Amino acid sequence: MDLYLPVANLSVNALVIVLLGGGVGFLSGMFGVGGGFLTTPLLIFYGIPPTVAAASAATQVTGASVSGVMAHLERDGVDLRMGAVLVAGGLLGSLIGAGLFELLTAWGQIDTVISVLYVALLGTVGTFMGREAWGSYRAAQAGLPAPARKRRHHPMVANLPLRWRFYRSGLYISPLAPLLLGMIGGVLTMLLGVGGGFIMVPAMLYLLGMGTQVVVGTSLFQILFVTIATTMVHALTTGAVDIVLAGLLLLGSVVGAQFGARFAQKARPEYLRLALAVIVLLVALQMAVGLFIRPDEIYSVQ
Amino acid sequence: MMCRAALILWLAALMLPVGTAKAADPRLVPDVSSRAIDIQYSFTGEELLLFGAILYPDQRLPDDRADIVVVLKGPMRPIVLREKRRVAGIWVNASSIRLRTSPGFYAIGSSRPIDKLVDERTAAIFELGLANLSMSPTEFSEASKLQRFEAGLTDLYRRLGLFYENPAAVEITEGVLYRARIPVPARVPVGTYRAETFLISRGRVLAVASRDVQIRKAGFERFVALAAQRHGFLYGLTAVILSLLLGYAASAIFRRR
Repeated sequence: MDLYLPVANLSVNALVIVLLGGGVGFLSGMFGVGGGFLTTPLLIFYGIPPTVAAASAATQVTGASVSGVMAHLERDGVDLRMGAVLVAGGLLGSLIGAGLFELLTAWGQIDTVISVLYVALLGTVGTFMGREAWGSYRAAQAGLPAPARKRRHHPMVANLPLRWRFYRSGLYISPLAPLLLGMIGGVLTMLLGVGGGFIMVPAMLYLLGMGTQVVVGTSLFQILFVTIATTMVHALTTGAVDIVLAGLLLLGSVVGAQFGARFAQKARPEYLRLALAVIVLLVALQMAVGLFIRPDEIYSVQ
Repeated sequence: MMCRAALILWLAALMLPVGTAKAADPRLVPDVSSRAIDIQYSFTGEELLLFGAILYPDQRLPDDRADIVVVLKGPMRPIVLREKRRVAGIWVNASSIRLRTSPGFYAIGSSRPIDKLVDERTAAIFELGLANLSMSPTEFSEASKLQRFEAGLTDLYRRLGLFYENPAAVEITEGVLYRARIPVPARVPVGTYRAETFLISRGRVLAVASRDVQIRKAGFERFVALAAQRHGFLYGLTAVILSLLLGYAASAIFRRR
């Protein structure tokens, strides 16, 4: 079933896009991530212009994170104060990201920067996550309790001036740290079309030292608002949000996410984390290979 | 001085076929299968039929064989063309040129190969053939670089279906009626197109005629594209609300089950 995308200016097979959204949604529901890091590369691979892919993927992540945020709010799993600081940083970051986007586009390096960022981020996070998940997997196999993680924020965070109390997170730290973190998340959302959950969650755990029970909820809270902001910024600057494309992706992903969440309740968490690490590393590898082999198109028009 | 002489010569050459048009010269009556192509929700490309008649004075066919060339040329716009090269192991955009007038779409069909119809100079003057498109680079660059880039663009657009060349596209019936099918792909840019017809005999262009064709988005697609361009805020807000609603609806439905 062919459908013309009015902003991307090309025809796509609607069913393929819905299924793609469904697959990503399933994974995002299963792992509690937005899934933008899969959507954008897959869309680009399908032939959608990178800018449109990143902008529309951000819109999709909004829809995918709604139900998660609501569930976590009900369970009091969101540190609203921390969330607000992160969102403020995220808004700042998406504006900075918009500036960077324009600059890099004019310079002609946006595609390369997107690919390099993907490889660096996904490679690092995937390796980190994989090692950690492998450790707990081995521990679970041996019947031992999972190795206890020491919960302390990074010394760099402790040195920042000004301190606020974040009761739900159990922290007394400078708001500048989450502000900065939110800002980085915002820039990445704008450039890559990712929610940034795969960076925010480890950063909140290992850099800020937040309590585990609020990490995922707060991260989803931040992702929800920052992807809303980036959709708006994209709509106002690049004009690259394709509402038809986003709608198709959403249709698949919101349904897929529900099935994914259901599936996740039955699976062992250390298996899930290991599987996510493998997927993240595969995407990173695919992107890295793309940088080094001769591309199909040497010339591009802008 | 040399420069001006060359210019006058060039102008004269340009005027020649039209300037010498007398009442005794043949005339073209061209038309297209549709004056406007609408891009709608299931648009996967279209085929445009360029057809018409050759009117000879006294209704007498000439002894020499006459050939027809049709050109469909799309919105001229400035572009930046970038070239990837391997830098420190990875492929990046390493150099670029700006072209002031590059057609978003160019299709040429003829009844015989162009190089059999006219000499190189005439082909260049009338911009017949992909090799003869003048794209006016904005800054001076070496001829070899310009050539390489133009070849790259031609190759890219040809594979996208945006540049099309078919030396057997035109069919002439009884020496007076002609028709040619030009495929228009889904990726085609919107804008005003010009369908030109050339009547060529013995290496000379005897008559030229043209028709405008509009390619535009219509209906919902036009509405969305315009909204995205002109009302960014409302458009973005709509996208956000849509995603929130869909996300909410899915979780509400699934929770009830």
